[in-house]
Amino acid sequence: MTDRAAGLNRRDFVRLGLVAGPASLVAACGWDGGPAIAPRLRAISRLNDWVGEKLLLSPTRLAPEYPVSSRTALSQFPMYSITFNRTRHFPLPPEGWALEVGGLVRAPVRLTRPMLEALPRVTYTVKHHCVEGWTAVGTWTGVPVSAVADMVRPTHEARYLRFDSFDSRYSNGWDLTSAMHPQTILAYGFNDHPLMAEHGAPLRLYSPIKLGYKLTKYLTRMTFTRERPGGYWEDQGYPWFGGI
Amino acid sequence: MNPPVIHPPVTRHRGIVRLAHWLNAILLVGMIASGLQIYAAFAHFGPRGAPYPNPLDGKALPEWSRLGGWLAGALNWHFALAWPFVLTGLVYLAFLALSGEWRSLLFRPRDVGPAVQMQLYYLRLRPTHPPQGKHNALQKAAYTAIVLLGVLSVLTGFAIYKPVQFGWLTRLFGGYELARYWHFWAVWIFVGFTLLHVALVFLVDPASLRAMITGRYYGRFPSHD
Repeated sequence: MTDRAAGLNRRDFVRLGLVAGPASLVAACGWDGGPAIAPRLRAISRLNDWVGEKLLLSPTRLAPEYPVSSRTALSQFPMYSITFNRTRHFPLPPEGWALEVGGLVRAPVRLTRPMLEALPRVTYTVKHHCVEGWTAVGTWTGVPVSAVADMVRPTHEARYLRFDSFDSRYSNGWDLTSAMHPQTILAYGFNDHPLMAEHGAPLRLYSPIKLGYKLTKYLTRMTFTRERPGGYWEDQGYPWFGGI
Repeated sequence: MNPPVIHPPVTRHRGIVRLAHWLNAILLVGMIASGLQIYAAFAHFGPRGAPYPNPLDGKALPEWSRLGGWLAGALNWHFALAWPFVLTGLVYLAFLALSGEWRSLLFRPRDVGPAVQMQLYYLRLRPTHPPQGKHNALQKAAYTAIVLLGVLSVLTGFAIYKPVQFGWLTRLFGGYELARYWHFWAVWIFVGFTLLHVALVFLVDPASLRAMITGRYYGRFPSHD
C-alpha cells in the first residue's frame, strides 16, 4: 500500500491531536479511529490475540467450577441469537439435523444427537463471561471437542477450527489450543436439562476459557482449516481470540 | 547587569519525567474514555440478580466522554492504549528507582507529621507555610497514592481481561465482578485527583506547570530534597 492510502490523512491527524487534549474529547465522541487509525487498532488487536494465545493461554489450566447452588437463575441467564434479534423467533434446526465434522481430517463424520451423547461426557458448573461485562453461572453437559477430534483425526496441516451454525450464518474461528482444552465441549445439556432453543439447541460450543461470543450456538458444522477463519462479530471488529 | 534574583531557577523535572507525565495524561484520557464506552455495553456491577451499589447503574456516560463508538471500537482502543500506558508507567517507575528521585516523592511514615502541618496550613489553622523540599508531605501522599492507583488499575484490568489465565489475580481482588467494580471506581479517583491536581497547580504554585513543560522552575519552593 502507498503512504497515501495507508497513512494518516489530514483529518485523522487532526482528530488524533484532538483526542490528545482532554478538553477536546468532545470532538472525538464515537470515534473508532477512522479509516487510518481503526485498521491500526485492529492490527494491535491481532498482536493481543497472539499474546493471549501464545503467551498467556495454558492448554491445561482449568477454569474454576462452582457449586450447583450458585447457578444464575434461568430467568436471569441472558439468551440471544442473531435470528431472534431479527425475527423474535429462535432458529429451529433443519430436518434430520446432524453435526458435520470435516475439513483437514482423515475421517470426516456426521454426528447425530444420539451419537454425540454416546461419546465421552463432561459436566461442569462454570462462569460465563460476556464481552459486555456481565457474568452468569450455569451447568453445561457435552462431549469434549478433543474427543471428536480424536475420532476424525485432523491432519498436520490443520491449525484452526471453524464452527458454523444455522443462526443466520453466525460462525466463529478458534485456535486449536483453545479448542482442544479439556473444558471446551459441544454442549447438548444445560442446567440438568436438554439444551433449549434459547441457548443454542440442539448443540452449541461451550467453554469457560472464552468470551461468550466465541461460543457458537445452533451448530451445524465443525471444520478443521489451515487458514484462520473469521467470525460473525470478529469480522466487525471484536477481538478474534476472545480467550480469558 | 542582571537584576538580582531571589531564587535562581532550579532544574526540577528531568526530560523523561516530563515526557512520562504528559504521555500518561494523554493515555489516561484515552483509557478512561474508551473504558466509559465499554461500560455503556453493560452499565451494572455484580452478579446477575445481586447488583452492587452503583450511583451510575444503568446510565451511559455522556457521548462526549466516550471513545470508540461502540463496544468493539472501544475495546480495540482500550487494549491498544493499554500497551503504552503500562510501558510509560514502568519506565517512569524504573527512572524513579534508579535515579533516587523516589526519595522526594514516596510518602513515608516520617511524612505523617508534616502532612498534618500542611493540612493545618490549608485549613488556615496555621499561618505560615511549613518548610518543604521539592514537594510537601501532602504532595508526597498524593503522588504516592496516584502511582498505587495506577498499579491497581492495571492489575484489576488484567484480572478482568484474563480471569482464567490470571485467576490468582482475579481472586486477589475478590473475583471477576469485584475486580471489574474496583477497575471502574479507580476511574473516579483518577478524575478527582486530576481536578484537584490541576486546581492546586494554578492556585498554589503556577510555576510548577512551566517546570513540568520546560523542566525549569522559577517558583516559591525551589529547594531540593
